[in-house]
Amino acid sequence: MLAESLALSAALFTIGVVGVLTRRNAIIIFMCVELMLNAVNLVFIAFSRAYGAAGQVFVVFVMTVAAAEAAVGLAIIIAIYRHRQTVDLQNINIMKG
Amino acid sequence: MEPHYPLFYTFHFYLFGVIALASALAFVTRRSPVAAALWLVNTMFSLSALYVLLDAQFIGVMQVLVYAGAIMVVFLFVIMLLNLGHPAEIADRRGRWAVLGATVVGIILLAEVMFIGRGDLAKKYEVPRGFAAEQLQKFGAVGTIARPLFNEYLLAFELTSVLLLVAIAGAVVLGRRRDGAPRAR
Repeated sequence: MLAESLALSAALFTIGVVGVLTRRNAIIIFMCVELMLNAVNLVFIAFSRAYGAAGQVFVVFVMTVAAAEAAVGLAIIIAIYRHRQTVDLQNINIMKG
Repeated sequence: MEPHYPLFYTFHFYLFGVIALASALAFVTRRSPVAAALWLVNTMFSLSALYVLLDAQFIGVMQVLVYAGAIMVVFLFVIMLLNLGHPAEIADRRGRWAVLGATVVGIILLAEVMFIGRGDLAKKYEVPRGFAAEQLQKFGAVGTIARPLFNEYLLAFELTSVLLLVAIAGAVVLGRRRDGAPRAR
């Protein structure tokens, strides 16, 4: 089942990347990043079956970092929304120069 | 030689894999953020089923509790707090060239990763028969993770708590109102 897991994870990761590149809603882009993290977790789990529990420990760390990232990122999105009244990234281009 | 799996196991593995893939595709194509978030929750549920099939029961439970239960609920809270439920005014895609470019990038990336996964890598790391099952027999689902987590990775575990503290402080600072008069001073 290792090859199947790797293929599924690759497909999920690619869907996440395409989502980040094609969407403009900041929250949906954020959820695409979560999908990519999930794809990586699947690889960790698939390999941890052969190599012991270190992969599962890493998945726990990835989940923690994802939770922290979600909290900070959503706070940033709320702050931007308060400032600009939008979360459309097309309108948030002040740092483009 | 990979161990032979019973048909029941293979069927469910492919079933949940297809559900995860279809939900992910539905997730990136929905216009409404709420519908997208719910499809992503569906993806995470089927991934947790895959974790259980891959002998990581504790991670499967954590996936449902932390990802689907906590993180996605926070996302839905923010979507509804900002009142982003109207697909007409939000969630537009980028222009045609961006979509075309993203498709090309996606195909190239998928081909690369598939090539890596299909090639020597998957064959080199053969799964020894019953390794994870043996661990599970000896330590249980929680002990399998807890032993390395509190032995080799103790420092990383403690640093994670600092990370969470910083994240909480950052979220509070960022989410605070600045424009109005400060309420408590």
